[in-house]
Amino acid sequence: MKKLLQRLWRDFDDRTGIGALWQRVGRHPVPPGTGWWYVFGSATLMAFVLQIVTGIALATAYVPSTSQAYDSLQFITDHALWGHLLRGLHYFGASAMVLLVGIHVMRVFLHGSYKYPRELNWLTGSVLLLLTLAMAFTGQLLRWDNVAVWSVIVGAEQAGRVPFIGKDLAHFILAGDTVGGATLSRFFSFHVFFIPAVIFAFLGAHLLLVLKHGISEPPVVGRPVDPKTYKKWYEDLLKREGHPFWPDAVWRDVVFGVGMIVLLVVLAVVVGPPHLGGEPNPSSLKVYPRPDWYFLWYFAVLALLPPSLETPVIVFGPVLFGVILLLLPVFRNRGERHPLRRPWAIGTVILIWVLIGTLWIVGKRAPWSPDFTAQPLPPSVAGTVASPAHQGAVLFHQKGCEFCHTIAGQGGHRGPDLTYVADRLTPTQMTIRIVNGAQLMPAFGGILTSQQLNDLVAFLKTRHSAQ
Amino acid sequence: MNTNTQGANDCPPEETPEIRSRRRFLTFLSMGLGALAASLVGIPIIGFLVSPLLERVPRFWRPVGPLAQFTVGTTVKVTFLDASPLPWAGVAAQTAAWLRRASETEFTAFAVNCTHLGCPVRWLPDAELFLCPCHGGVYYKDGKVASGPPPKPLPRYPVRVRDGQVEVQTSPVPITTA
Repeated sequence: MKKLLQRLWRDFDDRTGIGALWQRVGRHPVPPGTGWWYVFGSATLMAFVLQIVTGIALATAYVPSTSQAYDSLQFITDHALWGHLLRGLHYFGASAMVLLVGIHVMRVFLHGSYKYPRELNWLTGSVLLLLTLAMAFTGQLLRWDNVAVWSVIVGAEQAGRVPFIGKDLAHFILAGDTVGGATLSRFFSFHVFFIPAVIFAFLGAHLLLVLKHGISEPPVVGRPVDPKTYKKWYEDLLKREGHPFWPDAVWRDVVFGVGMIVLLVVLAVVVGPPHLGGEPNPSSLKVYPRPDWYFLWYFAVLALLPPSLETPVIVFGPVLFGVILLLLPVFRNRGERHPLRRPWAIGTVILIWVLIGTLWIVGKRAPWSPDFTAQPLPPSVAGTVASPAHQGAVLFHQKGCEFCHTIAGQGGHRGPDLTYVADRLTPTQMTIRIVNGAQLMPAFGGILTSQQLNDLVAFLKTRHSAQ
Repeated sequence: MNTNTQGANDCPPEETPEIRSRRRFLTFLSMGLGALAASLVGIPIIGFLVSPLLERVPRFWRPVGPLAQFTVGTTVKVTFLDASPLPWAGVAAQTAAWLRRASETEFTAFAVNCTHLGCPVRWLPDAELFLCPCHGGVYYKDGKVASGPPPKPLPRYPVRVRDGQVEVQTSPVPITTA
């Protein structure tokens, strides 16, 4: 029996060459000292596989039609067996993929692994990073609720800022003049067919290149990369001290990847899928369009940019980002790899984290957004006795002041907190400001009657710290 | 990874001018035919994808309510159907506009899209302002920018009164260009 099996295997191997392939892939030598820093690439791949299988499963029930996608999402979430879990898993899988691909890029950058001869590993990886973001954006839209409808429009508006072809690009994204029947089908096919196909192509190239050049050895201070000698040196290193990829290095990938999958399942069960908003009706306007967390920092960028910089940043920001990714290995493909010898690299990474982190926190708070949920001021603030000040407090809510200004912890954050405004401004200054407005405040001169203006100022006069 | 690397270099070495010329022809032939097949299939696909840009969408006047329904001095939301909704568009074919009746005869239909990035602006009747929920753009009742990031006033849709009905013309989503 054993002999028969051995013979079968021999014949199979003879016809397929699978044994040699396995030797080439599984047993290829990796340099010594590759530790936990090296797990993020494979973890990204594992998250991608998770996205494929959960995505295929979801696609068996999802209807990519503008009229029915919403119902099918409700069905998947509330009725289909484990549909709730699968939607959650696909969402957290996407989050993991975006996060891990970001960490992977950063690791490769900090370790200088993109240097000779791995420049094309970096370039194919950069394309994969951009494709991952494209998947994140198109995927959010397939959650076809009222937020998705407006996200398509916001996306189209950004494309509209491109010089000359902006309008055409925008209508290409909408698949027409307006959001309609064609919009979702198009995003669906891009999300499930087109972009994944391109990802497969680049992923194949990326992995082939990893096999061709081998995994970069951990950087050592004072050991620069010299394209003239590196390949020979690396080969000698592997001959001297190489370990087989399987199982010496792969076990860490497996431990980390499986840990990640378990965590994602737990998150999917405990937290569940993202909330499905109202039905995707472009004429229902009570919506807070917000991107998913991975683009929240960019949402903040768009809010905070001065108008003169807006179009340049929207259009050329992504282009510049792409060009930097493209040019990095072209101009910096030799020399020191260790981050301690590349302070600019450390500085860049810290700067990116701080920038994105700060923008993310601000984006989460979105102080520039009016607070439509602001309730009329309570009697403790507004008073109850009929008086100009009381009338002013009522107007403060009615005329929308409260949507942008906080008083006693209530209201929006667009403008200054007015809890103690009387400490800072005289009634005349208040009047001037209200009537004329400012760059971030409408002029209320044409909106309020002089009686209303007097009442409002009478109320604001009472807002001082020594009450 | 490919163990079967029998390429041109492994062929017998003698390459006479005749064979070389023949091989060059076969190379061009194969590449040319490949390009032909790719264009035959590719051009219709690209045309299909960009067709929304090539087709001229007709415009229709959609009734949004009887004249008497709109009080002078007010702004209200009106909803109507897109120009040529696909049968499977469902509620996505609905569009809205903010309709202001400034006087007995004067109507203005504002697009609901903020000129900053297209988010849906809301009308606050008491404050007489349009507010955008995304980045805090504000417009006055006449659509002029009051504050915040919007670069332009609210776009307007054509509006008319016919047979006692107020009608708004279907229009593309307004896209702010550079």
